[in-house]
Amino acid sequence: MTDALLTGANASTEVPLKRRLRRAERTRQVKALALVLPLLVFLLFTFAGPIAGMLWRAVDDREVRQALPQTVAALASWDGKDLPNEAAYAALASDIQVARASGTIAIAAKRLNYALNGFRTILTSTARNLKAVPEPGTAKETLGKINPAWRERTTWTTIRDAGGPVTGFYLLAALDLTRNVDGAIIAAPPDQAIYRDVFGRTFLISLGVTALCLILGFPVAYLLATLPPGRSNLLMIFVLLPFWTSLLVRTCAWIVLLQSKGVVNDSLHWLGIIDEPLRLIYNRFGVCVAMTHVLLPFMILPLYSSMKAISPAYMRAAASLGAPPLTAFLRIYLPQTLPGIGAGSLLVFILALGYYITPALVGGAADQMISYFIALYTTETANWGLASALGAVLLLATILLALVYGKLVQGQQVTGGMKN
Amino acid sequence: MSDSASLRTPSQRIAWTVTIVVSTLVFIFLIAPILAIMPLSFSSGSYLTYPLPGLSLRWYDDFINSPRWMNSLKNSMIIGVASTVLSMILGTLAALGLAQWKSRFKPLVLAFVLSPVVVPGVITAVGLYFFFAPIGLTGSYLGLILAHTALATPFVVITVGATLQSFDTNLARAAASLGASPLQAFRRVILPLILPGLASGALFAFATSFDEVVIVLFMAGPEQRTLPREMFSGIRENISPTITAAAVILTTVSVILLATLEGLRRRNERLKGSSG
Repeated sequence: MTDALLTGANASTEVPLKRRLRRAERTRQVKALALVLPLLVFLLFTFAGPIAGMLWRAVDDREVRQALPQTVAALASWDGKDLPNEAAYAALASDIQVARASGTIAIAAKRLNYALNGFRTILTSTARNLKAVPEPGTAKETLGKINPAWRERTTWTTIRDAGGPVTGFYLLAALDLTRNVDGAIIAAPPDQAIYRDVFGRTFLISLGVTALCLILGFPVAYLLATLPPGRSNLLMIFVLLPFWTSLLVRTCAWIVLLQSKGVVNDSLHWLGIIDEPLRLIYNRFGVCVAMTHVLLPFMILPLYSSMKAISPAYMRAAASLGAPPLTAFLRIYLPQTLPGIGAGSLLVFILALGYYITPALVGGAADQMISYFIALYTTETANWGLASALGAVLLLATILLALVYGKLVQGQQVTGGMKN
Repeated sequence: MSDSASLRTPSQRIAWTVTIVVSTLVFIFLIAPILAIMPLSFSSGSYLTYPLPGLSLRWYDDFINSPRWMNSLKNSMIIGVASTVLSMILGTLAALGLAQWKSRFKPLVLAFVLSPVVVPGVITAVGLYFFFAPIGLTGSYLGLILAHTALATPFVVITVGATLQSFDTNLARAAASLGASPLQAFRRVILPLILPGLASGALFAFATSFDEVVIVLFMAGPEQRTLPREMFSGIRENISPTITAAAVILTTVSVILLATLEGLRRRNERLKGSSG
C-alpha cells in the first residue's frame, strides 16, 4: 500500500494499472486454486482421511476404558508397586457385571489378551463365576478365590497399561518390543517377536529384487538407448507389453511355468538335466523371479531415459583423448547413468516393499512380506491396532524413500536443464 | 548402422555382443511367461501342461457360461469406466489449475496429489476398509469406484499436466483477443489440442482400475468381485484352465490399451514434427 502511494506521487496514471494487473493475477490464482480444490477435497475423503484414520488406530486404545471404566479410573491413582487397593477390586467386580450384561467384556478380553496371553480366560472365567456384586470389603478376597491371577501384580498392570486412551503398545509390538511390569521397554517374548524378522525379510527380498532388476535392466536399457529409434521402438514393445499386462496374469503365468509339472521343469527333464522336478515355486525363488518380472519395466524405463540423454559425443571425446573403451565406459558413461540408476532402483525398491499379491500367490509361508501380515490382521484376526501399527512403519519407510526419490528426480531435472 | 561403425576395437565388439545376448535373454524372460500361458487356454485337456492333448474352445465356453466370471467382467467394466470418468473430471480440472497456479506450496500439493501411486496398496486398502465400513461404503460399487478414482487420478494429472506443459498458452490468449469467451476458447482451441493427452490419461486411469486387486480384495462383497479378484481366488483355490482363458481376455484388453496409447503417441509426435 505504501508502495503504491509513494510511486503514485509522481506517476499517478500507473497505479490503477499496476493494481488492476495485480488484482487480475490474484483472481487468476484463486481460479487456478479453485480448479485444484475438488481433487484435494476428494483425496482428503478417499485417501488422506482413511490413512490418517489408520495411523490413529495404531495408537487408539479405548476398548478397555469403555468396558471397564471404573477399574481404569481406580487404577489411575495406583502406584503399581503392590497389589491395588480394595476399591479397585470392587470397581472391577462392578465393571465386569455391567460389561458382561452389555457384551463389551469380550472386546476388553480380546484387547487384554494381546498384552498378556491367557487374559481372555481370566476375564471370562471371572465373569462367569461372579454371581453377584461382592459384599463391601470382600471384593479382593472373592476375586482372588475365583481366579488366583487377580492376586498377581502383572494382571493389574496389564489392565492399567491398556487403560488408554492412547497407547504405544501396538507400535512397540510392531518392532518386537513391549513394556514390562515396571513400564520399562524390553524385548518382546520370542513367540510374539516375529516382526523384525518380517521387516528384515521384506527388506532383503526388495533389495534382492532391486539388484536383479538392475543387473537385468541395465543392458536392456543400454541396448534400447543405443539402437536407432526405429528398432528400439520395436523392441520397446517387449518392455511395455509386460508392463501393461495384468499383474494377476503375469503371476498366474509364473505359476504355470514354474510348477512341478510346469514348462520349465518339463523342459529341464526332457533335456536330461534333472531327474526329479525342482521346487521352483511357493518358495523364495519363485517370489523373487515373479517380482523381478513384474518390476523390471520400472527399472528399464528410467534407466533408458537417463541413457537417452547422454550425448554420444562424450564417449567419442573420451576415445579421441585416448581412453580405452572400458575406462571411457566406467569414467564417462556410467557416472552419467547414476541418476537413472538411483531413480530406477529407488522406484523398484519402494514398489517392492509394499508388495502383497505376488508373494501371497507364489510364496510359501516363510516368504510372506509385511503387507501380508497387515492384510492378515485386518481381515482375518481383526487385530486392527497391530495391523495399523505395522502399516504405520511401512508407510514411514515408504515416505522417507519417496522423499529421497523426489529429491533425486528433481535434481536430475535441474541438471538436465543446465545441460541443454 | 551407425553403432557398428563406432565399434572399432574387438573388446568393444565383444561388449556389444554380450549386451545383445543378455538383452535377448531378458526380452525372453519378459515376454515368454505371457506367451506361454496363452495356448493353454485353447487346450482340450484340463491340465495346465504341455504338450496340449488337443485344441478346443471349451474354456472360453466355460468362461462365457459361468455367471461368476461374466459377472466379474461386467463389474470390472462398470467400476473401470465409472472411475475413469470421475478421475478424468477431477484430474483434468486439477491439471488445468496446477498449470496456472504459482505458489511455493505447489510442490507440496503436487506431492500430495501424486501420493496414491507411491503408498503401498495394502495401506490404502486397510485405511479405506476402516474408513468406509462405518458409512456403508464397503461391499458397494460406489466405495470401489471412489477408491479406484483416488488411485487413477494421479495418472490423469501427470499425463494431462505433461500435455499442458507443451501447450502454447499464446494460443489461448490469441483466442481471447479474437473475442472468444473462456469457455469457447477452451472448447474450440484448447480441447482439440490437448485431446490426445486426455485420451492417454483416460487409458491410464482405466488400466489402473482394471488391474487393481488389493482394494477390491478388502472392500468388495461377493456381488462386486472384479475380474482380477476372481482370478486371485481362482489361483488360490484351484487353477483351472478357465483362468488362462480369463488371462487371455485380460491381456487382449491390455494390448488394445497399449496399441491405442502408442497410436496416440505417434500421432502426437507427427504433429510436433510437422509444426517444428
